[in-house]
Amino acid sequence: MTAHLPVLQVVIPLLAAPLCAMVRHGRIAWGIALATSWTTFGIAIRLLAQVQAEGPISYALGGWAAPVGIEYRVDLVNAFVLVIVTAIGAVVTPYALKSVEQEIDAAKIPLFYAAFVLCLTGLLGIAVTGDVFNVFVFLEVSSLSAYALIALGQDRRALTAAYQYLIMGSIGATFIVIGIGMMYVMTGTLNMVDLSVLLAELGPNRTVAVAFGFLSVGISLKLALFPLHFWLPNAYTYAPSAVTAFIASTATKVAVYMLLRFFFTVFGGVFSFDVMQLDRVLLPLALVAIFSMSLVAIFQANVKRMLAYSSVAQIGYMILGISMASVTGLTAGILHLFNHALIKGGLFMALGCVMYRVGSVEIEAMRGLAKKMPWTMAAFVAGGFSLIGLPFTVGFISKWYLILGALERDGWQWWLVVGLVLTTSLMALVYIWRVVEAAYFQEAPNAESPGGGFPGEGTSAVVEAPLALLIPTWVLIVANFYFGIDATFTAKVAGSAARSLMGIAP
Amino acid sequence: MNVLGLVNYWAFIFLMMVGFYILISQGNLIKKIVGLSIFQTSVFILYISMGKIRGGTAPILMSEGDPVYSNPLPHVLILTAIVVGVATTALGLSLVVRIHEAYGTIEEDEIHDHDLA
Repeated sequence: MTAHLPVLQVVIPLLAAPLCAMVRHGRIAWGIALATSWTTFGIAIRLLAQVQAEGPISYALGGWAAPVGIEYRVDLVNAFVLVIVTAIGAVVTPYALKSVEQEIDAAKIPLFYAAFVLCLTGLLGIAVTGDVFNVFVFLEVSSLSAYALIALGQDRRALTAAYQYLIMGSIGATFIVIGIGMMYVMTGTLNMVDLSVLLAELGPNRTVAVAFGFLSVGISLKLALFPLHFWLPNAYTYAPSAVTAFIASTATKVAVYMLLRFFFTVFGGVFSFDVMQLDRVLLPLALVAIFSMSLVAIFQANVKRMLAYSSVAQIGYMILGISMASVTGLTAGILHLFNHALIKGGLFMALGCVMYRVGSVEIEAMRGLAKKMPWTMAAFVAGGFSLIGLPFTVGFISKWYLILGALERDGWQWWLVVGLVLTTSLMALVYIWRVVEAAYFQEAPNAESPGGGFPGEGTSAVVEAPLALLIPTWVLIVANFYFGIDATFTAKVAGSAARSLMGIAP
Repeated sequence: MNVLGLVNYWAFIFLMMVGFYILISQGNLIKKIVGLSIFQTSVFILYISMGKIRGGTAPILMSEGDPVYSNPLPHVLILTAIVVGVATTALGLSLVVRIHEAYGTIEEDEIHDHDLA
């Protein structure tokens, strides 16, 4: 049984999805989704423990050995990503019950969970597979279900946001297939390990360079690297609360994993960074993303949209770490994958609680909210501290490693990078503070309904969010502090993962 | 390998650019889906061309003769990609239907005006 864990990771949610769609009952479908997400979480933890103890796991799908058959390959990097994705899934699913019942038509709820579980399948599939075409298939599974999930938002702008994401996402995915096709033309294989060997033997070659270009653009679209991020703010703003919390903390992270996998394992760090000089593209884009998106976030009136822009900036931090192409830089990037999932998951879930009671997440509507929803706002503030990067939070750990990575490099320009990381942390303080000021230091608006969400639910009637929403939110917030105070586990895994990507023995 | 010998690849690049141009230039949501379909279909030609060998036959084991086989793998991959393309088009079109219900138009700039209003 344990030998089949890599494939069960994908098969269980894949089978659960049609089951959710067939039961036609919201709570039962939720129960299936909950059981699925917890099972996959359990499997992911088992896999990570096994990889740490015994090294990479290779699983031949259907008994066909690689490179002819499809290989599922789990090493430290993707075992860690699997844990991130399933952990967020396991926390968001209990949270979804109440939030989804309020935001989505009862008739659509079973289908919602079917799409949700399918999205989980796709994300786990991308992470677990060792076959590049399989990556594309799972990418489409996760993306198509994500478009459907976003379109379920209450606001009609959710529809246009989903449409926009569909167009951009499909262009990205098609670019990735073209890149994969060109690699196949040159090597005749789709297996990642095999590709890395054959591409290295091939040496510099124009087709491979073009494939590299197509893959870079395609993956950058998927991970919303500035300036290919235009789909992201609307999609995050108008999606249902639970969907935003899930997608914001997993989808872009898996795309970053794809970037790591293609550039470090398939093409090899030497080809990507010495021959193609990818860092010269990634580094400036990351810096512009961090600065400009933090600036844009300050001026948003909708808190969800503010955090969405902040997400683009945070992706910039991950790419900044990766573009250093050093062990410390990569460690920072991988650590921030995990840490940012905790931060944004917690923050978006806190906003979901606000949405549940107030019916709006405009800053205006959140005035004086701290008195009525103390626990929700406390969670938001604590998550905000982590986003800013105060000590004893995970945000601090990420920035600490990023700055270490920058200081390792020679040259005055790296001091500018350090300065920028610190400056943008202050900018995060500004945009989080705007919410804190409204919620803690301003008077609540009068009884009339703000934002026009739910008639009759003015702010005066607002009470604390139900425990079913608060507990999952606080689980992630507490994790923010737990892994911020004791980062030995995450830093060790991220460090070994970075060394294995760089081709250094862990 | 002259220019004519690469005619399939030229067709691939031409179709890809046509689809991409429609995607960028058109404001009508249905036309965008058309562009996206052409863009995705162009990739099918790339894959099918790379697997084809001149004079090659389908990969069925033959008792006599020494036949040349075309590579079936890219062709199989494209079967998957076709399914993905159909799913994308279906989802895109159903989103357009919902957008039309909600806004009463499928022109991008008119939808934008509705949102501002």
